[in-house]
Amino acid sequence: MFGWTGKILRVNLTEGTIKAEPLNMDDAKKYLGARGLGTKIFMDEVDPNVEPFSPDNKLIFMTGPLTGTFASSSGRYEVIAKAPLTGTIGASNSGGHFGPELKFAGYDGIIFEGKSEKPVYLYINDDKVELRCAEHLWGKTVYETTDILLKENGDDFRVSCIGPAGEKLVLFAGVLNDKHRAAGRSGLGAVMGSKNLKAVAVRGSNSIKVADPEQFKEACIDARAKLKAHPVTGAGLPTYGTEILVNILNQSGALPTRNWRDGGIFENAEDTSGEALTEKYLVRNKGCFGCNIGCGRVTRIPDGKFKSTGEGPEYEAGWAYGADCGVKDLDAICKASFICNEYGLDPITMGSTIACAMELYDKKIITKEDVGFELKFGDGEAIVELTRMAALREGFGDVLAMGSYRMAEKYGHPELSMSVKKQEMPAYDARGVQGIGLNYATSNRGGCHVRGYTISPEVLGVPQKLDQLVTDDKANWVKLFQDLTAVVDSAGLCLFVTFGIGLPEIAEMLRTATGFDMSDEEVLKCGERIWNLERMINIKAGFTKKDDTLPPRLLSEPLEKGPAKGKVSGVPVMLEEYYKVRGWSEDGVPTEEKLKELEIEL
Amino acid sequence: MSRGKLSKVLMISPDKCISCRTCEIICSFTKDKEFNPKNSAVSVLTYEEALISVPIMCMHCEDAACEKVCPVGAIKRVDNAVVVDHEKCIGCKMCISACPLGNITFNSKQKKIVKCDLCGGDPQCAKFCPSGAIEYKEATPNNLNRKRIIAEKFKELFEEVEK
Repeated sequence: MFGWTGKILRVNLTEGTIKAEPLNMDDAKKYLGARGLGTKIFMDEVDPNVEPFSPDNKLIFMTGPLTGTFASSSGRYEVIAKAPLTGTIGASNSGGHFGPELKFAGYDGIIFEGKSEKPVYLYINDDKVELRCAEHLWGKTVYETTDILLKENGDDFRVSCIGPAGEKLVLFAGVLNDKHRAAGRSGLGAVMGSKNLKAVAVRGSNSIKVADPEQFKEACIDARAKLKAHPVTGAGLPTYGTEILVNILNQSGALPTRNWRDGGIFENAEDTSGEALTEKYLVRNKGCFGCNIGCGRVTRIPDGKFKSTGEGPEYEAGWAYGADCGVKDLDAICKASFICNEYGLDPITMGSTIACAMELYDKKIITKEDVGFELKFGDGEAIVELTRMAALREGFGDVLAMGSYRMAEKYGHPELSMSVKKQEMPAYDARGVQGIGLNYATSNRGGCHVRGYTISPEVLGVPQKLDQLVTDDKANWVKLFQDLTAVVDSAGLCLFVTFGIGLPEIAEMLRTATGFDMSDEEVLKCGERIWNLERMINIKAGFTKKDDTLPPRLLSEPLEKGPAKGKVSGVPVMLEEYYKVRGWSEDGVPTEEKLKELEIEL
Repeated sequence: MSRGKLSKVLMISPDKCISCRTCEIICSFTKDKEFNPKNSAVSVLTYEEALISVPIMCMHCEDAACEKVCPVGAIKRVDNAVVVDHEKCIGCKMCISACPLGNITFNSKQKKIVKCDLCGGDPQCAKFCPSGAIEYKEATPNNLNRKRIIAEKFKELFEEVEK
């Protein structure tokens, strides 16, 4: 077996049983691994209409064939389940060292089914796999849980777990590993909590083999050299982290400000930028497993009321708490983001939900009585306190725990939620960057940038500069980026490698690792297959064309200043073209022919 | 042969280490054509409180305790590296106990001592370290002095962690 380990663990939490099953190699070849393979297993085994917190929902952890190898940035694994925030297929991936360790233990993935009566964690030490009592861990933060499990089992274990937010079924709770890395989006941590599964602790001593060691090494060296030489992956990300984007997006007039109400230019962007973060608080860079980029930030607020140490914030977290809440206090932004890691929350949805609450407050739709205190845009203390309250469902935090859509709907104004399919859009204004809007509208897990990051060509000019203000030809670009991203995620690589390398390099690593004779085109076809499978799951769950849209604000309120002045999103125009490019019906349903072409059996 | 002119040393700069463990993965691959950090001769130790990671591997001591303790003469200096002759090695693991730095381990599956051999003069850990935390440099007085300063820092750090 090359690339993959060939074994998957099936853990029935209701029965308390564990068995190792062989990996279905036909599926592995068609769906690669991680996101693709996990989604295929979900489709085969779970009703797309399942209630997310039902024991019938399955929670799948899956690595890719490149995870844990010399391929740069191959530290990733994916968590898959029906998502509570969106009701779509949920798939969220994370770096760090947990995914590789799972493979070193001898497993490509784990399927969790049912629900445990009492809190448990899964212990994996090579062939020794046990469900163990986690009652002493329940209520503990991600940091505490990790420390306790390492102390109990040995410090060469790797831990993936939920915090209090996951236990309390906060709809956007994440699954955190290695303390600071998150499979953050869509609420998969709450699915884990609903199963009374607190953590997975893993240690492995087995080897991962590849089909052609010498050629694989060459392919990896080639990719590493290209990543090192590229200005984004070789200089920008290592120097400033993802926060480098704050000033770039602000200058292009697409940094959504105050719940996207005040356009795409934040007057205090400079204070919250990657440059400011680096100068004030960066302790050192950190890389995930085998990463040649090293964008991670270890940061420390040395004094003041938010004195603390953590990792990040990443650009989207920094934006959600910063520009989106109108906050310029970098200490508060960092602290709120640290709390998300500690308590196990998605900072994009958390910050955006607070921003939405701030607008509701500003419009006097909610008052001091609802929140417990004043809630004005720009209030740094509020973002910190409300994050903690949401994680624990304290007071108004219980309302925030629903995410912005359900909260705004509760108060009669769903249009003030800046979300797609009930998941908050991240830090790029779809009026100022047209292609990304189409990606938001069509993303299979709701509002999300990392399903098809067209910011790369539209703003950063990688691999080529596109006019970010036009809609022409964006459908083709969105499709290409979505399909390629599905390949990258499923291979077990970090999406950031795509700044420096493309399909040929990725396909070569996959071929030499697995020994499968697949052309570049066939590899990309896997991505399209994965995308269409996800789409079919969502269609079966009741999603239709009307869900492929953006909040009304982006379609009807033009930006008032900056390079994108006067623009609204052109999603309605692009969507029709997109369906055509995808080979779907006018209603956005993959046709019989398309499914046949992609060999998708339902 | 004389060690005068070829002499290079592995220089470690913990302040640059990003704890990605690329060194571990390429080391194990170079030795076994498989990926397995547990079989690597280099390990990245992370000290969370001190916010630092340290790649650590055989220092190829001038006065090597492992070489002295080996009962069958399987550990010898070759150029600037202290290397294990696996043909001669009887697997007694005395060298593991003798190494004052804990930089020799045993691969229980392959029944083999795991110890850095500088990859025959082209140490792959240094070659692929993305941040420059591991470098392979001429043993100039400057570099040796820096190595000494870093060793002192290690000592302080270990003592702090021990407390």
